[in-house]
Amino acid sequence: MAKSLFQKVWDAHTVRTLANGQTQLLIGTHLIHEVTSPQAFGMLRDLGLKVAMPHRTFATVDHIVPTDQRTEPFSDPLADEMIKTLRRNCAEHGITYFDLNSGRQGIVHMVGPEQGITQPGTTIACGDSHTSTHGAFGAVALGIGTTQIRDVLATQTIALGRLKVRRINVTGRLAPGVYAKDVILHLIRVLGVNGGTGYAYEYGGEVFDRFSMEERMTVCNMSIEGGARVGYVNPDETTFAYLKGRPYVPKGAAWDEAVARWRAVASDPGCTYDDVVTIRGEDIPPTVTWGINPGQGISIAENIPAPADAKSPDERASIEEALAYMKLQPGAPLKGTKIDVAFLGSCTNARLSDFKEVARHLKGRRVAPGVKAIAVPGSQIVSQVCAELGIDRVFRDAGFEWREAGCSMCLAMNPDKLVGDQLCASSSNRNFKGRQGSPTGRTLLMSPVMVAAAAVTGAVADAREVFGVTP
Amino acid sequence: MSLQKITHVSGRGVHVAGNDIDTDRIIPARFLKCVTFDGLGAGLFADDRKAAGAAGGVHPLDDPRFRGAAILLSGANFGCGSSREHAPQAIMKFGFRAVVAESYAEIFFGNATNLGLPCVSAAREDIQKVAAAVAADPALELTVDLVAKQLRYGSAAVPLQLRESARDALVNGRWDAIAELLEGSASVQAVSARLPYLQARF
Ligand code: SF4
Repeated sequence: MAKSLFQKVWDAHTVRTLANGQTQLLIGTHLIHEVTSPQAFGMLRDLGLKVAMPHRTFATVDHIVPTDQRTEPFSDPLADEMIKTLRRNCAEHGITYFDLNSGRQGIVHMVGPEQGITQPGTTIACGDSHTSTHGAFGAVALGIGTTQIRDVLATQTIALGRLKVRRINVTGRLAPGVYAKDVILHLIRVLGVNGGTGYAYEYGGEVFDRFSMEERMTVCNMSIEGGARVGYVNPDETTFAYLKGRPYVPKGAAWDEAVARWRAVASDPGCTYDDVVTIRGEDIPPTVTWGINPGQGISIAENIPAPADAKSPDERASIEEALAYMKLQPGAPLKGTKIDVAFLGSCTNARLSDFKEVARHLKGRRVAPGVKAIAVPGSQIVSQVCAELGIDRVFRDAGFEWREAGCSMCLAMNPDKLVGDQLCASSSNRNFKGRQGSPTGRTLLMSPVMVAAAAVTGAVADAREVFGVTP
Repeated sequence: MSLQKITHVSGRGVHVAGNDIDTDRIIPARFLKCVTFDGLGAGLFADDRKAAGAAGGVHPLDDPRFRGAAILLSGANFGCGSSREHAPQAIMKFGFRAVVAESYAEIFFGNATNLGLPCVSAAREDIQKVAAAVAADPALELTVDLVAKQLRYGSAAVPLQLRESARDALVNGRWDAIAELLEGSASVQAVSARLPYLQARF
């Protein structure tokens, strides 16, 4: 019988059915970081248990690391305690840890792919909801809570109910100046922030066939913002080409065997899905959020919604709440709204291709006066390659602050924060109230190139106009 | 390991209205700078509570009439956003022992269930009825009954929904899966032996 990738991976990793009907699912790869793991190690210690598969557990530090000065101890004693705790736990349990001095540290969802730890046909868990990123490689990758981190540490398994699978086809082509970020913002706008509850999203169609791995990661990353715990793309030649030669990928004859297995794990033609959605690539505009959840997005050409536009009392209430928090005028264009901060970073959009694409447009331009612009590579490897290619210079010359790798202002558990009600053009994934570190701070989600357009003009702008991209 | 069988939760209620209440609101990121979950209760809805105060109002959690409530009532897609278990932990540390909302985000729901915090669903009109009754009489005793799948208040009752796997785990005292997962370790070895990527050594 024809099966989807999700079904194949689920079946191959099923240990048994538990008394409550859930599945005991084997987790092949466990990624950990400093924020959600310390309590799990504490629980493990309380139960007198050991890490079941230390060789399948990988750690890095990302959320709390300062991105400006990195000498330890950090000025924030809590952050300092967290990194020391992670280091101690990894050493005690024999876990591979990509520390600040490794040259391989970075946001956990970037480190896995860069090292070749993230592979097709595997199950991956991490105590972080954007673990869905790794699905770009054809893995079933799940965000889990701390108690489940303990479960994976102790047993290499979790208890989980099976998900349904929704196939999302994006057909045709994207218009010039439209990016992977626009695809996912548009999808969430169309399907809703909780449209994916209970589903794994399988992305496909010509647009995904042509996408690079980095573009696929951007989309899979934000699956959770649409309520889907898992998002994935079937592995193909693009996937294999990306993985070849990376440190944790098999070599020689083992590589050929691995590729054969990876090919076979892709969804079979004719397999059935619980739901199918098709979107024309041509219909996707550059999309910007104006509200307080990632589904509240509009095309850059549209006006900010008014409560009267709402199709339901619920929607009306959420528009009103969002307008009040965002201090935006209903019915006004979003384009032209002055910004205070431009943030280019996060596990959604802080990869080499993001900085390359922005640098192409940024060359010879200046950040508008009064705008604080920061660029934060997602990993030390990205940072190093950008330095080799002179990309960091382009950003610095334009007036961006160029920082060290970490989560930075995506959630501001480090010194990078909005102040007061600053409005931030951001390449990150969440525009929740208070997300960027100020309880009244405001976030507009958009693609990296749109962030750059906002940075140089000082206001929300259509990057195609600013940078002369013709349709 | 024997766990408490959670069949009923009784106590007073409080209504925190709104849909899509995300985990950043439930527990803002700055409270995540910790290596234990102790003390998280103080951070529950911290920014919302402060904003309500600054606007000259009072957040329901700070309203003395609802102090000591054990049952949190809310809207749709409760707990969306991050996987931080700090969110259900903060709710529990604050003193809640059950949540009644229209629906939940997946990861939040799983995290809460694993901690023995029942997250039951009810229809919007029903939650509104209960919320109105609580507002009229904050001392009103509510009972979330996981056996009868009912929320009782005063002489009235409304139906509750709860995914069967979660209900089973709570009422039979196996909401913390660790003991059962450990029992499966022989099968784990067998399944992992069939997966080539788990055999690789670096
Ligand atoms: S970059 Fe943002 S979303 Fe990604 S892991 Fe870090 S904090 Fe989470």
